[in-house]
Amino acid sequence: MSTDSTANARGSEIVFTDVVKQYPGQTEPAVDHLSLGIDAGEFVTFVGPSGCGKTTSLKMINRLIEPTSGTITIDGQDTRELDADTLRRRIGYVIQGGGLFPHMTVAGNIAVVPNLLKWDKKRIRRRTDELLELVGLDPAVYRDRYPRELSGGQQQRVGVARGLAADPPVMLMDEPFGAVDPITRSRLQDELLDVQSKLHKTIVCVTHDIDEAIKLGDRICVMADHGRIAQYDTASEILANPADDFVADFTGSGSALKQLALEKVSSIRLEPAVLVHVGDPVPDVLELARRHDTDQVIVLDADEAIVDWYWTINLRGPVVRARPGRQPILLDEDSSLDTVLDALVTSLHEGAIIVDDHEHFLGIATFDEVTAHVRRVNAAPGAIGDFDAGRTHQAPAPDAPAHGQERP
Amino acid sequence: MGAFIASRWADIAFRMYQHASLVAQSVLLAAVIAVALAVVVTSVPRLEPIANAISTIGLTIPSFALLGLFIPLFGIGTTTSVAVVTFYAALPILRNAVVGLLGVDRALLESARGMGMKPLAIFLRVQLPLAWPVILTGLRVSTQMSMGVAAIAAYVLGPGLGSYIFTGLAQIGGRNALNYAVVGTVGVVVVALIADAVLALIGRLTISKGIRA
Repeated sequence: MSTDSTANARGSEIVFTDVVKQYPGQTEPAVDHLSLGIDAGEFVTFVGPSGCGKTTSLKMINRLIEPTSGTITIDGQDTRELDADTLRRRIGYVIQGGGLFPHMTVAGNIAVVPNLLKWDKKRIRRRTDELLELVGLDPAVYRDRYPRELSGGQQQRVGVARGLAADPPVMLMDEPFGAVDPITRSRLQDELLDVQSKLHKTIVCVTHDIDEAIKLGDRICVMADHGRIAQYDTASEILANPADDFVADFTGSGSALKQLALEKVSSIRLEPAVLVHVGDPVPDVLELARRHDTDQVIVLDADEAIVDWYWTINLRGPVVRARPGRQPILLDEDSSLDTVLDALVTSLHEGAIIVDDHEHFLGIATFDEVTAHVRRVNAAPGAIGDFDAGRTHQAPAPDAPAHGQERP
Repeated sequence: MGAFIASRWADIAFRMYQHASLVAQSVLLAAVIAVALAVVVTSVPRLEPIANAISTIGLTIPSFALLGLFIPLFGIGTTTSVAVVTFYAALPILRNAVVGLLGVDRALLESARGMGMKPLAIFLRVQLPLAWPVILTGLRVSTQMSMGVAAIAAYVLGPGLGSYIFTGLAQIGGRNALNYAVVGTVGVVVVALIADAVLALIGRLTISKGIRA
């Protein structure tokens, strides 16, 4: 691969200062004095009810809508100092359904901005193939297809590839996954996050779906009306400590569950256990457990693979045996808490065994610990139903993000 | 009939060519005018109903009447023929061009603008290609209609097969009256079929595979 096509422009910082958009003939401004900073390389989602000004705010960044007053800067430069078309060629723009031109092939669609920038044919071709691979479409198969020959999800992928074509530092997405089914949407969201983890663009994404906003955004800007920011913070802060009733209503009643998707196993306390081997004498094992002050026993086979998991009171007979069909659930440290909960509920085990990359035992994630974590996170000052945060939790993991408790 | 055609085949062929040429040039001129008008009409929403009314009412004007109106302006001859054929040809194209251009998804046009395409590029590379199948249908309707109008335009001594038809009508009862009328009429039909085939071929070549029906 040549250097010019793989060179990756990192994100730019975007700053809104006192931005107002007043449409002629309307009494109230669509966006009223919006001030907002988006860091370079950050993925920010604008979320809010329809008519809250989120799309207007987005389109003012690439000047599809011109602000009435106020300034928007990208890396410190006022967007109005640039020719609008020059500005737009530096900003990827992805709309619902991909917005592909039906009369152009996939390659033709991706090449639109590179063509405007007068790249040579070879470079465009190389870039097109590279982007198709990035979004998970085989260039040989899809390059010369027309949009109508693609599924909705594939069209959306090409839309993202087109937005990234000229390697813009900033990408704007307007309800990008609104037109696809929920399963495809979820997959596309995962892929977008994967792409973003490689490219580190500044992405601003408008959505009306709070779940999408939470999943995608490093920070989420919840807009109420006229572009008024109700809350602009990380997903976990918005879920745990909604700024007002509007945000609380908007995030909805399932916010505790939504939060579990954001938290990793590493944020809860794992229960210890002793590791023994198949064939070890039971009295020795009980003694070992007593000395380590635990009543849980993990059984390994001769190859050090985890094959069973006992409470000490269930150990019978002279030696430890592995019960057939009792292979415990193994999850890794990066698993989210909702995965843990899901595994526990579907498997009827009381806990899931957390292992590292080499399947070495790290600890047991129990149902009690997961639910205790939910209560602790939601026990923010002022929250209704304030639980005693300390009661259920003596020993939080050392680097667990301590949401909630440390707020003033 | 055979002898009639045999003795005049060179003249018949020439008149067929003239007929085709008159229609082709008039339709081409009409297409340019109609698409240009359609661009104006589609950019000012209030004009759309006016344009539709004009194309509807325009088509109800008898072509003979229009010839009469145009003679004082352009005199007798080819100019008046071209003016009349162009006037009628423009109407279906205008209507289809307005429908076609308005039928292009606004989101696509905004998407094009959002990518930094200039207005002319958006028109030529996005809007026109997407509206083209509908405009081309208008062109085909217009061409068929113009074949008949061009025949009538021969009344003012315009070129083409129309003069055979008028000669036949003028000589009713004469030896070659029927021959003139039949050759003129069938000639127009043959030219029309060829023209339609050519336009269908143009459609195959110019409509993107991505939007072909």
